Amino acid sequence: MSRYITRLRMRRTYKWNGRPVGEDRKLKRKYYESMSISVEGKTEDATVSSGQYILIEGDDDDNPFVAQLHKLYTDDSGKKKTAVVQWFVRMCEVPQNKRKLLGRDPHPQEIFFYQDRSCDNEVDGETILGAVQIEYVPAENSFPEGKSKDILFVKLLWDTKSFKALDPELMQPPQSPKSPPPSSRGPQTRALPTPDLSVMKRAMSGTLTRGSMSTGKMNSSEAESLHSASKLSAAKALSAKRRSRASSGPHVRKKLDLCSPTKNVSRDDVLGEILDEHTEKTLTSKLNTSPTGRISISIRLTPLNLNEEERVFPLSSHSPDKPKLTAHDKDDATSVFLGVQSIGDDDPDSLINTSRTPRKREATPRRAGLRGLKARTPSRRKDSAALREPALAALAEEEHEDSPIQTAATPRSKRKSAQLVSSRIRKQLNVLGNKVDRLSDGDDDDDCFIPTKTDLQSSSDEEEEAKIDSEDELIVKKRRGSRTPRSTEKTRVTARTPRKTPIKKTAPATPRTPRHATPSIPSRSAPARKPGNVLEEARARLHVSSVPESLPCREQEFQDIYNFVESKVIDGTGGCMYISGVPGTGKTATVHEVVRSLQQSAEQDEIPHFHFIEINGMKMTDPHQAYVQILQKLTDQKATPDHAAALLEKRFSAPAPKKETTVLLVDELDLLWTRKQNVMYNLFDWPTRRNARLVVLTIANTMDLPERIMINRVASRLGLTRMSFQPYTFKQLQQIITSRLNRVKAFEEDALQLVSRKVAALSGDARRCLDICRRATEICEHSGSQKNGSGLVGMSHVMEALDEMFSSSYIAAIRCASVQEQLFLRAVIAEFRRLGLEEATFQQVFVQHQALCRVEGLQPVSVSEGLAVCQRLGSCRLLLLEGSRLDLFLRIRLNVSQDDVLYALKAD
Amino acid sequence: QDRCGCVLMMLCDGVCVQAQKLLRERLCHQKLPDQPVGLDSQYKHLLELLRRTAVHGESNSVLIVGPRGSGKTMVRIHEHHFNAAPVAGLLQTDDKIALKEITRQLHLENVVGDKVFGSFAENLAFLLEALKKGDKSSSRPVLFVLDEFDLFAHHKNQTLLYNLLDVSQSAQTPVAVLGLTCRLDVLELLEKRVKSRFSHRQIHLFSSLSFAQYLDVVRAQLSLPPDFPDPKFSDEWNHSVTKLCEDKTVEEILRRNFNGSKDFRSLHSLLFLAVSRVSVSHSTLREADLIEAWRLISVDSKANVLHGLSILELCLIIAMKHLNDTYDGEPFNFQMVHNEFKKFIQRKSHSIHKFEKPVVMKAFEHLLQLELVRPVDSGVCKVQREYQLMRLMLEHGQVMEALQRYPQCPTDVKQWALSAFG
Repeated sequence: MSRYITRLRMRRTYKWNGRPVGEDRKLKRKYYESMSISVEGKTEDATVSSGQYILIEGDDDDNPFVAQLHKLYTDDSGKKKTAVVQWFVRMCEVPQNKRKLLGRDPHPQEIFFYQDRSCDNEVDGETILGAVQIEYVPAENSFPEGKSKDILFVKLLWDTKSFKALDPELMQPPQSPKSPPPSSRGPQTRALPTPDLSVMKRAMSGTLTRGSMSTGKMNSSEAESLHSASKLSAAKALSAKRRSRASSGPHVRKKLDLCSPTKNVSRDDVLGEILDEHTEKTLTSKLNTSPTGRISISIRLTPLNLNEEERVFPLSSHSPDKPKLTAHDKDDATSVFLGVQSIGDDDPDSLINTSRTPRKREATPRRAGLRGLKARTPSRRKDSAALREPALAALAEEEHEDSPIQTAATPRSKRKSAQLVSSRIRKQLNVLGNKVDRLSDGDDDDDCFIPTKTDLQSSSDEEEEAKIDSEDELIVKKRRGSRTPRSTEKTRVTARTPRKTPIKKTAPATPRTPRHATPSIPSRSAPARKPGNVLEEARARLHVSSVPESLPCREQEFQDIYNFVESKVIDGTGGCMYISGVPGTGKTATVHEVVRSLQQSAEQDEIPHFHFIEINGMKMTDPHQAYVQILQKLTDQKATPDHAAALLEKRFSAPAPKKETTVLLVDELDLLWTRKQNVMYNLFDWPTRRNARLVVLTIANTMDLPERIMINRVASRLGLTRMSFQPYTFKQLQQIITSRLNRVKAFEEDALQLVSRKVAALSGDARRCLDICRRATEICEHSGSQKNGSGLVGMSHVMEALDEMFSSSYIAAIRCASVQEQLFLRAVIAEFRRLGLEEATFQQVFVQHQALCRVEGLQPVSVSEGLAVCQRLGSCRLLLLEGSRLDLFLRIRLNVSQDDVLYALKAD
Repeated sequence: QDRCGCVLMMLCDGVCVQAQKLLRERLCHQKLPDQPVGLDSQYKHLLELLRRTAVHGESNSVLIVGPRGSGKTMVRIHEHHFNAAPVAGLLQTDDKIALKEITRQLHLENVVGDKVFGSFAENLAFLLEALKKGDKSSSRPVLFVLDEFDLFAHHKNQTLLYNLLDVSQSAQTPVAVLGLTCRLDVLELLEKRVKSRFSHRQIHLFSSLSFAQYLDVVRAQLSLPPDFPDPKFSDEWNHSVTKLCEDKTVEEILRRNFNGSKDFRSLHSLLFLAVSRVSVSHSTLREADLIEAWRLISVDSKANVLHGLSILELCLIIAMKHLNDTYDGEPFNFQMVHNEFKKFIQRKSHSIHKFEKPVVMKAFEHLLQLELVRPVDSGVCKVQREYQLMRLMLEHGQVMEALQRYPQCPTDVKQWALSAFG
């Protein structure tokens, strides 16, 4: 199943076949029909050409990605080869929880046509491994037998939600008459309006300012600079119209001429489709009249956008107001214009290019466009998006999986989670209220006790039903109901292999690695007994390990972390967060809770799926093991730390397609400290990579850890998203216990308050609080049989438990010591007083000891016995001793205060 | 008749040997009693805790703190009810070894087949995975006994402790983590996140035994059980034991032992010596046996060494004692001792001849070897041997006592020792 990656890296060389078949001057691309791949050591070259099915290097060497090649092109430097593809997925790439949707066992050679708008369809040409043969099998037919193992069959379509029948036409290569050719020539030009002269002139006048922007790297930077431009320009509307026409072929993904290989195109499709209705009908009228109509919408955007729009409008609506325009242009040659200006080319082709630019611009301001859309939907999403730090805006061109529907859905989910929490709290408060009620009428304690959790659940639900009538609450409750079998859900989620690691298949073939055999503790012979009475039930609930239904008193923190992770997951970006707090303040629990509820949202397709992995600095032997563990949890591979680091580095920096976000929880971060801090550096550096899609949540105890132990470049990458968990106050602790107990009536109010006050005063550690309560129930159980008819845990029991846990045992130890040991302690104190120091040698103390023996009328002990007594006291740490090698001259100090010793001895 | 007597002798011999064997087993801790003495409440507490882990699958962690010999390790009586993994801080000196031992004890290595275990990291991951797999209701509870718990706290990062305690605080395989230690301040050794995960249950084993109870224990320890094969012998024996415990001298000895320490180990070593003296010729335990055993046990170890010294060496010791008295414990060198010794020879001695300096030096070196004197700082070798600073490792009282007991010690030497200032 897991093995070291022993792939021999074959060197492949990639060459273009023949001359370019098309060229895009604007984007400086040359399109090719085919490419040949020569593998070192093999004589004949493989050739792949458009329309062919190809294998693409993936995370798993045995199951490379499958795709159909649509286009091949190179940029003007001629070095980078890019391919545009239509993806196919294997069964093992389908999320595990969706596999059952197929309803049958997949054929081993079966693949699915992949339809996902969020998926990037551009890949690096040099990752192509070779051609593969794919056969279309009509849905009603069975798979043909006896074919070669190398042929793959495609029968169905997978659109990330369900399997559908595949229209065979989708399989046609893009050159089919139905879809437009890949190059920018041909019918597209005809679809465009004749370019305006003014635009042309402007373009030419701008050649000077264009300067550096038009160089090779222009593509991506231009896209970025353009991203704030308005989608509302008429030119955009135009292009949307054209695009909608162009993509009239059924579902054939259109490729946009944006150069960054990770650029996600699908959003434009969405946008285009949305805008279709407007554009198609009233194209001409809009060109003139739209400004007024549209600008009202754009006001909701950021002011920056607004300005630029105003400037863009006249231009793109072919306004004759040319002087004004140029004035603008010269005053501030903003980046918005640069994009347009860059078309300064005398070539007749430039006409096409000019008309294409708006389209390009339309593609880039995706973010703004989306926000505009969102502004129309009554959601909170916009607010949060607007509130987000500017860095996010810069990342906006990262892959973004929002479809408008999803965007609309997310705020709901957020609201839901908030409601969930609040409703739980309300529920608990209800429970509390009930408890008081019950207490007032309750002569029968058993009434309060509900033995099993499910009973409890249902009964509480019933009561709820009576109280709550709002629709919202009902939904929440349903969700909660579905939530109760949490453990199963959780395991399912964790067991889910990441989409891209289809390794399991090969496991049976390699039985030589029994090393990864899953170890297990033998199962018990008799079933575990269920708690039998109130106190046992309370104890079970108070155990730290029992997962509470909610985490009270951490709502704010929960919400903050939730928002952080959710936004990152939705945006498909990465980020770091540092969470600090003293032990036992619910840091890890809160993060787990967040992940649980996010995973639930993901199950319900409210947010994209993500992959959660967790490492703990304490659970590894060496900081570098972090790499190994992360890699193993991500891909189930085993590797040495160095190799794992390299693989992870590759994984997070490579612009690999079809990625889902990874949420990484690093617990006990301080343990990952190394001298060079490589591990921490990498952990915080990966999220900043463009395509990593990694969210790192780190937990440690000290608030100032980044400042204390991290060198600057590490601390800087960690960023400033910090959160600190304060120790619980006594009220919070009380609430925690009450909520855990739910309605099991086992404690007196005062007793609870005493515990929580005591713990809050000392540490605010919830674990400690729960442990004390648990101990108190035990004490109550043992003493309760004789006295105290109520059977509740009262003050006295809690006091006893507190005493047990907090009182120092030194005094008891001294009191129970033997006569000689007590005498020796007195001798130590006597000698200290004589010397006026807090330290004496054994010889000196021994003299005192013998004197004391005589005073007490005991026979003096020998040196050997005296030394033995001294060592016994030392082993209890009542005395602090040097090594016994020193014999008579070993130095003695007291580990207890002299007063304590005297007090303990006097009481005898 | 002779043969009859012989058989009788053998029989008697057999019974006596049998009784001795039984008692020795008991005193050497080969057979533990079913329940510790004088610790009923603590015992009950612990038993209840373990019962809950076993029956309800509730994870627990507890520290058992008590001085040496107070019966901490006796909890291991109950190990066989569990999937137990005892590790000892003195044996498993780091987490790697401890992990291996735990894995072995839990029989997890069988799953791995014949594959020899990999690195420490793999080992840890393996164990954690195993524990994570289990859950409260279905897995058999595991009992971890950490003997000398404080030593585990000194392991790097306290990895093992953190992980075991973390398991005990999370919904995984039910575990009971049992730490045995004699350090009262053990919690201060734990890192704060480890400490937070510990349940803070401590069971203190302080024996509050009175002397009367102590005597009862002695009686019980020495008595033969009712199912002893020869009832006549056992009656006789038990009677003698009862009588022995009432004896004044014996009581005095036992009290001194009790005053020294309350633990049963020292008692057992005393009784063991006494029981070993029982033979066929006197088949009951007598007062003299116990007195002899006490003499052996309580004798000062250095006094024994002093007995074997020559007169010259003894004289040197006395000279050093005088030097100590004169200079109030300041270190001395050989030359000073030699001068002191020469003064004694010249002025007071009648019985001791003059020794050549090399001979005295030789004697001095012998004392050095016996570690009755010790150089102040052993590292410095530049100084000539005669002038190296030394300290006497004997108490004043020890020297005097040794002199008293020394066979045929010349009176002038004794007088010299008794006189103040040489």
